[in-house]
Amino acid sequence: MSGQGAAVVAVVLVAVATMGAGVFGLRRARTTSDFYVASRAVSPRWNATAIGGEYLSAASYLGIAGLILAYGYDVLWYPVGYTAGYLVLLALVAAPLRRSGAYTLPDFAEIRLGSSIVRRMASGLVVLIGWLYLVPQLQGASLTLATQTAAPHWLGGLVVCTVVLTAVAVGGMRSITFAQAMQFWLKFLALLVPALVLLIVWEHRDAGLGQGYPTAPERTVVSLATDTTARLPVAESLAVEGRVDGVRVHGPIALAAGTHQFEKGSVVTLERGDVVPVITSLPAQRNESWLRPLGSGKDHPLYASLSLILAICLGTMGLPHVLVRFYTNPDGRDTRRTTLIVIVALSSFYLLPTVFGAIGRAFVPDLLLTGNTDATVLLLPQRLIGGEAGVLLSALVTAGAFAAFLSTASGLTVSVAGVLSQDVLGRRLPGSQRAQRIRMFQLGAVVAIGVPYLLSLPSEHLGLAAVVGLAFAIAAATFCPLLVLGVWWPRLTDVGAMAGLLVGGLLATAAVLVTMIAGPARGWSGALLEQPAAWAVPLTFVVMIGVSILTRSRVPADVGRVMIRLHAPESLAEELRSLDRSAL
Amino acid sequence: MLSAAFVVLVLVGIGYALYRRRDLGTSARRATFDTLHTASLAAPSLRQGLTEQGAQRAVKHLRALLGTAAVALTDRSRTLAIDGVSHNHAAEAIGHAKRVLERGATTILGAREVSCGAPDCPVRVAVAAPVVDGEAVVGALVAYGRDTSAMLVRAVEEVARWISGQVELASADAQRTQLMAAELRALRAQISPHFIYNSLTAVASFTRTDPDRARQLLLEFADFTRYALRRGGEFTTLAEELRNTERYLVLEQARFGDRLRVSLRVAPEVLPIALPFLAIQPLVENAVRHGLEGHAEAVTVSISASDEGSDALLVVEDDGAGASPDVIRAALERGGVADGTGGSVGLGNVDARLRQVFGDSYGLVVETAPTAGTKVSFRVPKFAAGVRAEPSGDGR
Repeated sequence: MSGQGAAVVAVVLVAVATMGAGVFGLRRARTTSDFYVASRAVSPRWNATAIGGEYLSAASYLGIAGLILAYGYDVLWYPVGYTAGYLVLLALVAAPLRRSGAYTLPDFAEIRLGSSIVRRMASGLVVLIGWLYLVPQLQGASLTLATQTAAPHWLGGLVVCTVVLTAVAVGGMRSITFAQAMQFWLKFLALLVPALVLLIVWEHRDAGLGQGYPTAPERTVVSLATDTTARLPVAESLAVEGRVDGVRVHGPIALAAGTHQFEKGSVVTLERGDVVPVITSLPAQRNESWLRPLGSGKDHPLYASLSLILAICLGTMGLPHVLVRFYTNPDGRDTRRTTLIVIVALSSFYLLPTVFGAIGRAFVPDLLLTGNTDATVLLLPQRLIGGEAGVLLSALVTAGAFAAFLSTASGLTVSVAGVLSQDVLGRRLPGSQRAQRIRMFQLGAVVAIGVPYLLSLPSEHLGLAAVVGLAFAIAAATFCPLLVLGVWWPRLTDVGAMAGLLVGGLLATAAVLVTMIAGPARGWSGALLEQPAAWAVPLTFVVMIGVSILTRSRVPADVGRVMIRLHAPESLAEELRSLDRSAL
Repeated sequence: MLSAAFVVLVLVGIGYALYRRRDLGTSARRATFDTLHTASLAAPSLRQGLTEQGAQRAVKHLRALLGTAAVALTDRSRTLAIDGVSHNHAAEAIGHAKRVLERGATTILGAREVSCGAPDCPVRVAVAAPVVDGEAVVGALVAYGRDTSAMLVRAVEEVARWISGQVELASADAQRTQLMAAELRALRAQISPHFIYNSLTAVASFTRTDPDRARQLLLEFADFTRYALRRGGEFTTLAEELRNTERYLVLEQARFGDRLRVSLRVAPEVLPIALPFLAIQPLVENAVRHGLEGHAEAVTVSISASDEGSDALLVVEDDGAGASPDVIRAALERGGVADGTGGSVGLGNVDARLRQVFGDSYGLVVETAPTAGTKVSFRVPKFAAGVRAEPSGDGR
């Protein structure tokens, strides 16, 4: 079987399984004695794997390995942060959020502050964060399909959109927990098996990473699809067909250390041991510094690392599709257990992309020249193993990748569509009938995934994990203060929340837009814009607290009751009900 | 190109201005519209009755309506809200309202009783008018100004009368809510006497042949009645409601045996959803009763709960005799009030309660025809303000 055929089969199988699992997840009972089993709550273990399935996106599956290949030690904070975010969630807000009865983040704003304006602002932010998170999923899908089957670069995203929208239209997501849990295991195994094989092969070849600049492990032919400016860290002679620095070249050419322009369509042949030129958007650094903390070659690496940690750890609680899954737990206690298991599951998973990134540095360093490092996971199996086994492993990786795109995209689409149909489209038609409500939801789903698909089409992109990092930064700068203060500080007022969301949301969004449109800048301004969390999160906290103190009179009258509801265990809540008016 | 667009824009602007002018008419009419608009701004705050929060929000619109220096709103014992300049008049407002509250007639208070003596204080005299609900005086509206006039007295009286109207509407709302609560209590107590009789008979028939089963059935019966007759808590979770439906079906199966078949399909993620207590069991009871009506051999009742984004979809279906849509429509229109024919009381009541809690787009949808079975479905939003399942406290 050809590699392309295997990849197509893998994608189709995953798409069908995703739709099928949604139907199989329904529990059935034919006799009354089965009713009891059928109406038992989803266990924390199942729900935790479902959360993991929905959470592990293109950024986790493809992006992290690519970042590690390019930047090294410093980006290990991504997987650490993605996991530690759940620790923050567990410690600060998981159980109170579940007890509040909220299904979405805007619901929580309404319960806690009783303000429809804060609710609408929260809805706007959910849509924004959802879209920003969906763009890299669709880009990842396009990249995967293009890498594995030479399909046009718009097709992969379209496949994901079609599958998700079909599922929404025919109600194929009737029971999503089982489907998402299955996706988790698929993703886990799809990386685990190749990772083990890769480790064995690597061990066998005994090809360690040297101290110097990355070199080609074997003869590699690289065709450049776009004009590329690359930096050669040392003088090197390369075989090139095409134009280099405006000069037509046909065969070996001696290039001095420094930047060179390769014209679109050039073909660079790297012989074994050739030092790989590195595209200027990525740092060219020795393996030695690549392995050291703060050695990523970015400006102000300490600030960038700290800000990234803050963004990801605090942003997790503000992702639209996380709270939705907690709703499946029957009470606060189960929610905490679920979160704990999520942390275990994610910790195990995130070991794998790290393996791919590190081995990738040794075996697919040519990605540094194209800048297409997100393809690391996809290319490694075939490059390192080859033959039938390579084709099969490659298909497995592709299947896992599509599971990642589909699960995250469907979770986000449903969340965003719910918010759109309820708070944006639904408002136009008060008291609308149910047929209209369903159509509204379907329309919401089209908008929810259509807009990010259009945004994903321009091929220029920042790297999957980086764009997801920006979504996290906005979530951290807006929802984290809202949730933490909302859960723990009774004196938060609606005006305070509004001011905080406005300031944090606008500044973080502006920073993100500048970074996405103008590309990463250098120096302090670039570092501050690329990693806005470190200044935006404290600023939002200060604004929310300050304005709340100034508008003291607007503390909701029922705040005592809401606080009891959030913090008292469900069994205790019953006893406290008689006291609730006098307490707090 | 650009200038053409500009010309079009200007023309549209002029046209719109003309349209607005014609629409608004004379200055007197415009004043009327302004007054109505101000009143409409104050109205929502008063729809909860005379509360401190509502009064504080309404009082500045009331002052705009009256155009006086200060306006205060009191209930029978204290000042709820005051708006406008005041040196220390806020504390005295309830004193000014005292006579009105006692006598229920508009009172004019002179400078001797009101003024604080400061020459720059615009509060010199007051007009106080009663706010009434039905026959009772429930509060007072006090307006302060430099001097009184017949016009001001008239205006204060009219505004107080308008507030009274809003307060009466509020108490009508409260009464309707109480009525709904009473209906819920009625439904709760309404475990059908036939069901009790039939269940106990079924249990009796097993006491000799199968004492264990009889004991089991009695326990189910006890649990069922405890759930159905429990106090407090208007909402429960879908999981609880399904469990209670199971108890009901066990008892019915003891009686009908193989004639009653059941099937359940449920998406486990919607189990924690909150819904009005006793929303499903009456629908199932309805399906069992009508399904086995006449000489039907057997009936299959299927219950399904599935996830539909921000809603859950619940369906109760039977393949029994079905009914004419007109009968069902009549049952739904009665809204759960029994009419003595013993029709689908449960159906109407569930429908009325769902609509009351979640809004009109969340009522029951019944699809039926004679000999074609019946399918009852409804949606429940995963989140609705104020709807929250309460622990059952039935000793799980």
